[in-house]
Amino acid sequence: MMDFGFKLSKSSTIDLTDVKTDRFEQLCKQEPGARVCIGCGSCSASCPAASLSGMSMRKVLLAMQRGQDVRPMLRNCMLCGKCTMVCPRGLNTRNIILNICRQYD
Amino acid sequence: MIERFPEGFHPFVIPFLAGMAFVLVVCLAKAAVVFFQLDAGSRRRYLVSLIIPNVIIKNVIDIILDCLLHVKLWKRNRMLGFMHSSIAFGWFMIILLGHIQVLLYFPNRLNTFYYPIFFDYFIEGGNDTLVSKLMDVFLYVILAGIALAIIKRFYSKLFGMKRTARPTLFNMIGLYSLWAIFPLRLLAELCARSGNTDPTLWWAYSIALCTFMCVLPFSRYLHIPAEMLLVTMRNAHIEVTRPGKGMAKVQTDSCPNCGVCIDACPMNADPANLKDSTVYYTRQLRRNNRERIDHIADKCMLCGKCTSVCQVGVDGPKLRILARATRKYNIGADFTTVENLPVLPDAQGKVLYFSGCMTQLTPLIGRSIESVLKKAQVEYEWLDRDGGLCCGRPLHTAGRLKEAQELIHRNEELILSSGATTLLVSCPICYREFKEKYVLPGVNVVHYADYFTQLIENGRLVLKEKSDICYVYHDPCELGRGCGMYETPRKLIAQTAGIAEAPANRAGSICCGGSLGSLSLDFTHREKITRASLENLYQSRADAIATACPLCLATFSRYSDRPVKDLAQIIDEQTKTNNIRQ
Repeated sequence: MMDFGFKLSKSSTIDLTDVKTDRFEQLCKQEPGARVCIGCGSCSASCPAASLSGMSMRKVLLAMQRGQDVRPMLRNCMLCGKCTMVCPRGLNTRNIILNICRQYD
Repeated sequence: MIERFPEGFHPFVIPFLAGMAFVLVVCLAKAAVVFFQLDAGSRRRYLVSLIIPNVIIKNVIDIILDCLLHVKLWKRNRMLGFMHSSIAFGWFMIILLGHIQVLLYFPNRLNTFYYPIFFDYFIEGGNDTLVSKLMDVFLYVILAGIALAIIKRFYSKLFGMKRTARPTLFNMIGLYSLWAIFPLRLLAELCARSGNTDPTLWWAYSIALCTFMCVLPFSRYLHIPAEMLLVTMRNAHIEVTRPGKGMAKVQTDSCPNCGVCIDACPMNADPANLKDSTVYYTRQLRRNNRERIDHIADKCMLCGKCTSVCQVGVDGPKLRILARATRKYNIGADFTTVENLPVLPDAQGKVLYFSGCMTQLTPLIGRSIESVLKKAQVEYEWLDRDGGLCCGRPLHTAGRLKEAQELIHRNEELILSSGATTLLVSCPICYREFKEKYVLPGVNVVHYADYFTQLIENGRLVLKEKSDICYVYHDPCELGRGCGMYETPRKLIAQTAGIAEAPANRAGSICCGGSLGSLSLDFTHREKITRASLENLYQSRADAIATACPLCLATFSRYSDRPVKDLAQIIDEQTKTNNIRQ
């Protein structure tokens, strides 16, 4: 493939046939704010753990809604709260992260 | 002075003796449980402390000042102080003098235990002695205190309290029996002194005593014995380590439910949070109500104001962090394997600046610090200029202690391997964690307010002419109550500009509402808290607000009607670019 100096990201397929959203629903019960995320990515842009573990709050919430595994991303979250500070929708991202961490077993 | 009855006994003493036996057994059992909940080291330290003369003297003085005279309450409000100390000290003196009276005149009756309590019934003409007269004085003092207590139930504002804690059923029973004890004693004594030996009033007095002592272990009055244990344990430097056990248990039981923390709590700017103050937290801890404990523990901003006003010294934030730490997290963080960290600067013998995560969002602070350091020609390196590891305090306050410790170890390695001798910190959240949890031999951890003061004193940093802006300084929770730094930032501001004070300042400073301590409060619920904190600052009529915390800066900037600046920014503006040493 020719190198143009930039790349298009790989297309991904969203498969809604077998999506399990029970974890996301459980999360919304504890922290209803999770639903109002608009995926702007401010959180991911400011995250100091992004370079450590590929942490991205935006991706975590998307993956939760699609029933995907988010564990590897959350491994290095330091709960520093920058994502909460920058969120234009006022999501309490720290509590969302803590609630997700409590769910998995 | 003669004994009325040769047998020296009447059945009405039985309720008193039963109540006394019950309360002694329960309290001793509780103390023993607490003692064995301590780890072996603390147990030994505690026992040793009880035989060291200096500590014994300190224990006695502290118990007299705190538990009997309530000196801290006097400082807060004289009416409140008088009310508490009149009942506590007065009652203590009556018990003490009662025993002295029996010891002096009827030493053979000391072994009955009840003679000092019901003296006037058993002894005829016993009220002429000096001891008896003194006891009467103290009884009237107590009655005055109880009259105030009754007034306080209706007009607590008179006692400097806007809100008081709602009593539980047992607290009510305890309260009413306590109120009844002393008037009944007075009436019974007056009756007996007039020659009437009808035991009815003495029965009532004895039953009131019995009721009070029987509800004591289940009500807030448990604080009376618990506080004495707390004072001795505090003087032995016993730490709060296990949730609901040992020192944490003693602190919980020592809460007298006075409710001073309700007015102090910044969260109560929103009435929805009224039931989440420390007084209700200790109550839920005693009830072991898991759901409410988790709710309150998660909501608290850990600003520490309740602890600063608490007359007993209940460490609200610490008790909450312990409750948070009991939660199970199935995704554990792991920082031991973190590889792609930013390149470590070589800071051999230099100043290493750690800005912290929050400063990344308020880069002005970092730039100001850098600018001041350049002006003073300080050789420095910026550890996390392009992002780095968090200091660990957010994980620590969230109760994820193991993960926080891992992070701290990584940071310690980084800082020590950089070879720096001074670690300069601009964020008070990081500063507190560095001071409390980090082990950095050979590295001097210093806050920029201290460091800049030194630079000015050494003449390396030259100030411009004073600006005519008047600032009001907001004490950030972590820097003020957390690290005890109140005066240095004020002196720096006073050197560079005008300074005004808000009504609530220093240890009474009101949290900005942006605190990372709270896990469950979201933006919408923080706004009222921030506005209440700003209202307090506005009352100083200053032109601008100065603070020394990136989080306070960001939070205030959102709602403030006047400029908000960080201390570093002010110093940068007010120092000369050309250094005279050049």
